[in-house]
Amino acid sequence: MSYAYWIAVALLMLGLYTMIVHRNLFKKFVGMTIFQTAIILFFLLVSIKRDASIPIVPPGTTAAAGFMNPLPHALMLTAIVVAVATAGVAFAILIRLHAAYGSLEEDVIGAATPGDGTPPR
Amino acid sequence: MIEHLPVLPLVVVLIAALLQPIIGLRTPRLAWPLAVAAVGVAAGLAAVSLGVVVGTGTMRYAVGGWEPPWGIEVVLDRLSAFAETVILAVATFALLAGGRSVRDRHVRGEPVYYALALLHLTGLTGIAVSGDLFNVFVFLEVASISSYALVATGGGPALAAAFRYLVLGTIGASFYLLGVGLLYAVTGTLNMADVAARVPLIAGSPLFAGGLVFIVAGLVLKMGVFPLHAWLPDAYTHAPSHVVALLAPVATKAAAYTLARTFLYVLGAGELPIATLLAWTGAASVLAGGVMAVRQVEPRRLLAYSSISQLGYIVLGLGLANAAALAGAYLHILNHALMKAILFIAVGAASRGVVGRAAISWRMPITATCAVIASLSMIGVPPFGGFFSKWYLLEGALASGQPLFVAVILAGTLLAVGYTYRLTEAVWFADTAEVPGARREAPVSVLTSLVVLSAASVIAGLASAGIVDAVLAPAAPGR
Repeated sequence: MSYAYWIAVALLMLGLYTMIVHRNLFKKFVGMTIFQTAIILFFLLVSIKRDASIPIVPPGTTAAAGFMNPLPHALMLTAIVVAVATAGVAFAILIRLHAAYGSLEEDVIGAATPGDGTPPR
Repeated sequence: MIEHLPVLPLVVVLIAALLQPIIGLRTPRLAWPLAVAAVGVAAGLAAVSLGVVVGTGTMRYAVGGWEPPWGIEVVLDRLSAFAETVILAVATFALLAGGRSVRDRHVRGEPVYYALALLHLTGLTGIAVSGDLFNVFVFLEVASISSYALVATGGGPALAAAFRYLVLGTIGASFYLLGVGLLYAVTGTLNMADVAARVPLIAGSPLFAGGLVFIVAGLVLKMGVFPLHAWLPDAYTHAPSHVVALLAPVATKAAAYTLARTFLYVLGAGELPIATLLAWTGAASVLAGGVMAVRQVEPRRLLAYSSISQLGYIVLGLGLANAAALAGAYLHILNHALMKAILFIAVGAASRGVVGRAAISWRMPITATCAVIASLSMIGVPPFGGFFSKWYLLEGALASGQPLFVAVILAGTLLAVGYTYRLTEAVWFADTAEVPGARREAPVSVLTSLVVLSAASVIAGLASAGIVDAVLAPAAPGR
């Protein structure tokens, strides 16, 4: 296995760790982004071949051996769009949370909400 | 026309979602009828396609004329047509019942709410019909991102719940995507039928095992099954009642369907050791969800924990993976969708516009009756639907030769008696001794939904043998 995969795994762990450890919601969001990026990196690594070129095929060529697999790139384009949409919704929620509680610390927000989960009347 | 049936419900709901903002510019009052009509039509089309599939067999549709493996394939077999019909039919009545509550809360924002709701349903429909692993991820995220926004419309504590739902939902979807990536690395394809054909060749590969584990973990997280349920109770407690009545019955069922599809049909993992692990996860969820539900005082939180328990039954059935257990799990997708829709709609109606909680059973007799029917179905009292799904599950547990699973199913039933008693006593029959006020039933739209869904719950029970024989038993993997 190429060392590049270990970078993807390390980023994945870093993202997960950030999400679990930090009490600040924005930092959790940062961890989530690192986590998603690690998966994108992993997919791109799958497509890479030694001594291969970008997948623009000149007319008349039929051999696939000299080209990288373009499909993971196309998939990750979609995954990036999904990640951007998630980020948009996350930002909107964070802005509303900050407006409502004046903080993005989980402890502050948690203290303002009744513990048994009863909605405030 | 008939060859387009596999994609038609999806297209109808998607176009209705895109029309909402345009209509909203001039006549926001039309948003509700348009949304209900669109999802109703889509549900009708899904029911027709279920009939066609049962009659003539699996339908395949190459989107845009691109044949697989180059294009994305839409596949409608018995299981996907069944899931699609259940999701759209229950969602129709959830939207119908929620309309008044939406109108009160979003004075000018109705079209935005319905655009989100319809996008959510587009995602769920897409999950049901897609024949491509990556395409399922995209639809899963279409459904999830719109549901984060729907939960967040509650404001205040709902915002914090929505953010937690967003973070954990994204982890779940990312795990699924990572699993798909590992499978793609070893099979070279994303088409479900092609992956399924290559699984016997790669079954020993560590990439296959990794892909399987990540896909199962991601989907169990999306379903909200114990111990990965952390997002579910807060989201269901704090979101507006019309949002929960829409999300709770159908969203987790789509994840359950995806788990069944990938785990049993694509990866053929019903015989592997991980299936036993999945069955134990389901059993743990049945018990843990039930124990936590019994201890709740807030009705919607109680229902949220009961969802964790009831979803555990579905996971248990998928893990056991024998014919009877699968029939029970699939049937429970239908029955749990019906009972949870009824209960969340009824609890929402009871908490609205009522000062105090005195004698709701007297003031809202029809609502209370429907809620009691759903509660009996949740416990598993014949002839209501829930009895039959549990019956098949019990049969499956006996066939598996694991008496502990039988004990878990029975214990889950006892717990269900506990928490539904608590709910019934607290919400419907509290302070009946007080002098009752005037009768003030829920609006007609809510009552219609409740009565139709309750009737469906009884019919699903009485017709369960027919449903299993015609639809669910032939849908088992390997047939």
